[in-house]
Amino acid sequence: MSTATTTFVQVSYRSGIADPAAGDARTALEAHLRGRRIASLRFVRGYVLDGVDPASGGPRAMRDVLADPVAEDGSVTGIPGGVAPGEEVLTVLRRAGVMDPAEASCRTALRAAGIECAGVRTVRQYVLRADGAPLGADLLREAAKKALANDVIEEIHVGEHLDLRTPHPAPYRFQLVTVPLRDLSDERLVALSKERTLSLTLLEMQAVQAFFRKEGRDPTDAELETIAQTWSEHCKHKTLTGEVRFRGPGGERTYRNLLKETVFEATRRIGRTDCLSVFRDNAGVIAFDDEYGVCMKVETHNHPSAIEPYGGAGTGIGGVIRDVLGTGLGAKPVLNTDVFCFAPPDMPEGDVPKGCLHPRRVMHGVVSGVRDYGNRMGIPTASGGLFFDERYVGNPIVYCGTVGLIPRKYVEKGARPGDRIVAIGGRTGRDGIHGATFSSAELHDESDVVSAGAVQIGNAIEEKRCLDAMLRARDAGLLHGATDCGAGGFSSAVGEMGAETGAEVDLEKAPLKYPGLSYAEVWISEAQERMVVAVAPSDIAALRAICDGEGVEMTDLGRFTDTGRLVLRFEGTVVGDLPMEFLHDGLPRTPRDAEWAAPPTAWTWPAPPAADGGHGATLHRILGSWNVCSKEWVIRQYDHEVQGGSAVKPLVGVRNDGPGDACVVTPVVGSPRGVAVSSGMNPRLGDLSPYDMAANAVDEALRNLAAVGADPFRAALLDNFSWGNATRKDRLGSLVLASEALRDAAIAMGTPFVSGKDSLNNEFTAQTPSGPRLITIPSTMLVSAFGVVDDVRRCVTMDAKEPGNLVFVVGITRPEMGGSHFALVSGAAGGTCPKVRFDEARAALGAVHRAIAAGLVRACHDASEGGLAAALAESAFAGGFGIDASLVHAPWEDAADGGADVGANGARDEALLFSESPSRFVCEVRTGDASAFREAMAGVPHAAVGRVTERPRLVLRGVRERLLLDEGIDALRDSFTRPLARGGVR
Amino acid sequence: MSAVRAVVLRTAGTNCDAEAMHALRRAGAQPELVHLRRLVEKPEEARGYRIFCFPGGFSYGDDIASGVVFAVEMRARLLPAIRASVADGALAIGICNGFQVLARAGLLPDTRGDGGPEATLLHNDSGRFECRWVRLEAVTDRCAWLSRGQVIECPVAHGEGRFIVKDERVRERMQAAGQFALRYTAPGGGKPAYPANPNGSPDDIAGVCDPTGRILGLMPHPERNVEAWHHPHWTRRSQSNAALLETPGDGLAVFENGVRAARAT
Repeated sequence: MSTATTTFVQVSYRSGIADPAAGDARTALEAHLRGRRIASLRFVRGYVLDGVDPASGGPRAMRDVLADPVAEDGSVTGIPGGVAPGEEVLTVLRRAGVMDPAEASCRTALRAAGIECAGVRTVRQYVLRADGAPLGADLLREAAKKALANDVIEEIHVGEHLDLRTPHPAPYRFQLVTVPLRDLSDERLVALSKERTLSLTLLEMQAVQAFFRKEGRDPTDAELETIAQTWSEHCKHKTLTGEVRFRGPGGERTYRNLLKETVFEATRRIGRTDCLSVFRDNAGVIAFDDEYGVCMKVETHNHPSAIEPYGGAGTGIGGVIRDVLGTGLGAKPVLNTDVFCFAPPDMPEGDVPKGCLHPRRVMHGVVSGVRDYGNRMGIPTASGGLFFDERYVGNPIVYCGTVGLIPRKYVEKGARPGDRIVAIGGRTGRDGIHGATFSSAELHDESDVVSAGAVQIGNAIEEKRCLDAMLRARDAGLLHGATDCGAGGFSSAVGEMGAETGAEVDLEKAPLKYPGLSYAEVWISEAQERMVVAVAPSDIAALRAICDGEGVEMTDLGRFTDTGRLVLRFEGTVVGDLPMEFLHDGLPRTPRDAEWAAPPTAWTWPAPPAADGGHGATLHRILGSWNVCSKEWVIRQYDHEVQGGSAVKPLVGVRNDGPGDACVVTPVVGSPRGVAVSSGMNPRLGDLSPYDMAANAVDEALRNLAAVGADPFRAALLDNFSWGNATRKDRLGSLVLASEALRDAAIAMGTPFVSGKDSLNNEFTAQTPSGPRLITIPSTMLVSAFGVVDDVRRCVTMDAKEPGNLVFVVGITRPEMGGSHFALVSGAAGGTCPKVRFDEARAALGAVHRAIAAGLVRACHDASEGGLAAALAESAFAGGFGIDASLVHAPWEDAADGGADVGANGARDEALLFSESPSRFVCEVRTGDASAFREAMAGVPHAAVGRVTERPRLVLRGVRERLLLDEGIDALRDSFTRPLARGGVR
Repeated sequence: MSAVRAVVLRTAGTNCDAEAMHALRRAGAQPELVHLRRLVEKPEEARGYRIFCFPGGFSYGDDIASGVVFAVEMRARLLPAIRASVADGALAIGICNGFQVLARAGLLPDTRGDGGPEATLLHNDSGRFECRWVRLEAVTDRCAWLSRGQVIECPVAHGEGRFIVKDERVRERMQAAGQFALRYTAPGGGKPAYPANPNGSPDDIAGVCDPTGRILGLMPHPERNVEAWHHPHWTRRSQSNAALLETPGDGLAVFENGVRAARAT
């Protein structure tokens, strides 16, 4: 249906040509049709062209631009091929005002073809015929809502006829809004914070009130929003940087500033001279070589991903890329990382609380969001992980990281008074208003209704343009300062850049996606793909030329001053005027109480396996468990080769299916100097001992680096906390213990933390028949590590290489079964948490690095989830060879508390196979290199336990050389690759 | 020896320009990175180049379909200039998104010369973007970029790589003209199944050339296998043969062939 000035172009694959989009939609829908089946389904792409005449421009647009003349049919008069009787039509279109990334490209193409149009909306349509009677609008709508569309950003229509009139928002009429709060009672202050989604506490509201009482006026809405954004947990990290009184293991202690006295303190004490910038910029920077620095940042984007997984995750990766782009005067992103936590993809529908998307849908959305954004940006995503636990059902965790390369001369920056404040990139819309404050609040089952405005939709190509322009401007010497527009939009970008100087902004100058935004909305909008730079007035013309060349919009919004004040104007009227000092230092400190009581660690060994092969069955279950199993389904959807620098890939081995320990890329194309990146995380340990969880995360991240040949002691670390509501004492208590572990581990290893981020309040209140139930995520400590590799040609991979070579185990195995995957698959609770002995860790990691650097190691794999058995199994099938080993020779120590974990039934075999003691490796060494390898291991417990064999079986023996398991490598590989092979759809 | 000037054309969303520049440079060309807008505004500048390289990426986000917007932008002014240059002996290569651009623009397979697209690249059979290494074999002796029988291992990274011709007549003409240039093969050689043929292209077509053999379009990325450490199995081979650490990846030969041919004309 078309109106006089709108053309609706509809395009679909010609019959006879397979359309995977149609197949996928059919499968997805059928899962929600209560047993009904779809006999046929056609997928139709639609373009609503505003201002294009359907009689003249429309057909030309279709023929020359929108329809593929070889494979597609198009129509401007209805669905191509028509709709036959009995067919039903389902249409999904974006809600008005929701960003449509395809719009700009369509307009560019149409303009190049000589067709001007005022706007483009893209539409997805599904023409289907059910088996039997039509499905009816209700069933179709319900299934579509679950399978094909997200209500938050999209509308679903059933039927052929659509109202496609483009809504045109009314223009904005300026009206200054002040918010009277000087006379409000405490109760009303709290209510005001809630009504306006300010997420400020009473104490904070009182500070605001006191400030304005002193000023003798009430704040404008823009001022109040600015304060809320600047003081938000998301921007200020007031819990981690706040005062904490702790009671628990180790007695009572008080921190004035938790982060400063733990994580920062470690970095200060280590004092490594190759740290070029730590904790003061968007990302931490260390030296790469004499010319370049390398930086890294990892962000969380949890709350938006819970509501709209695709958009939330896409803007998560988009945001962290901008962080790196806004580091110094601009770093070039060279690698992305992603670590996700979800509820298990096979969670029964009935267990998913109301208001939550099914975890499989969340996972698919998040993975495609990161894929589509990262791939379009041309940044390899080569490192990451997936972790599953039921408690993530309401709060999936999305960690996105970016590594950047920056010329050392551009690391320092600073806006100068008189510099212009210039926005580069996308236009401002109503997107994501209140993202910073929303992400600091707990989710509840109406979050998807009340928070729709907080959803952001990314446009990777806009960001790519922005990146191209920024780096060119940097290299032309035009920039004095740069930062990204993240949470809080202009308000936090300008507020941060001008913190030391002062700034004046003319808000009416910001280019808008559509009219109708108030000055306050412009100021706090979290529209994506925007950067703010400080530029001397004399360089504006040169910057404009660069931006024009890249097709990027740039706008002069105002200037940096020397007044120490943040002044906002709209068409000349002052709409905000705050001292920077109050904004940045006026936040009242709220002392918080923290405590931790260690849970019981009583451990009972599960019944010993009944028959021979029982351990083999356990190994298969561990390899096939959600956390351990192959993530190839995710990895292959990411371009991990772009930029031509991939030296150690995420999947390695003869069939490219072995899980590599860390990835290595060469950021300067053609040069063998590399960066290795890895991560460590095991939330299962956090339930037992937050301290040990964090120490293990550091050990695992560094161990992974050492395993590929990087020098673990030249690495730098990043901390990311995703926790529950830290105003609750126990959550904060575990946060304190984890922070202390980070401090101790970093100092022991000499590896500083250079950047970090936290996301608190990851809790969800589910409504159940028996009343509300609070679901808190496991405390989820992610440690990322990155380090420079002098020559990537010295690196090794984890796949077994040559039959006949010796297999060594490095590091001590102890019966530490708490939180292990053995416990998970056998349903055992409690147990001793694996402890990192820092001296042992330092010795083992250093020795392995030295041996690899000396060329003595053919393959190296860290022992982690699933213990030595899983590590050896993975090495074997990745190499296409067998391994025959006697684990009884592996360095062993009984538990310090008298061997409680070993139990009466002689469970040392189980511990040798499956204990997850840290700081251990399996190394493959040529017989001729064995003595040199042993020399390199001096002082480090190690032992040759067996050999790589031609016979493709994993044969492991235990105490008294008793056969523990004998499994074919193809079957082991199959257990490992099967669970997620189709994205968790079994 | 005269310098071979090459141009790597980039636009919004191009992202394989750095490795394409590197591969051309390593192969002995003098590449320049130029924005599409510039050549569209000044098509006469195209005359100076002996090699046109259309690198990979997501030009304009691959909105509408991969490569469409780039092709439409190029159509009116730049395309005739490139055709003229190729007629005059210049070469062109389109990799991944670049291949999609050449197909949408009608430069490939270009069996008639009037420029209307006769082939297209559709969504992978799997319905997904996939990044994995593949094995290719050059199956024509017509193409300046390839030597028949040459085996190249390199990665693919695309969501739209299923090569479809318009009809049987086009297929026969291309076959007769030796335009089917590269086929996916099984890891040990021979007919591949998924994922060795990663996108479901009929006849396992990975790349095609124009009737002159001077324009090559291919979905896989030979520019991502030019260094010793690019191949996924280099750690399996290198320690038995240290010289391998100095040997370039076998994608480089494609660019060396191209530069040699460009120099000869």
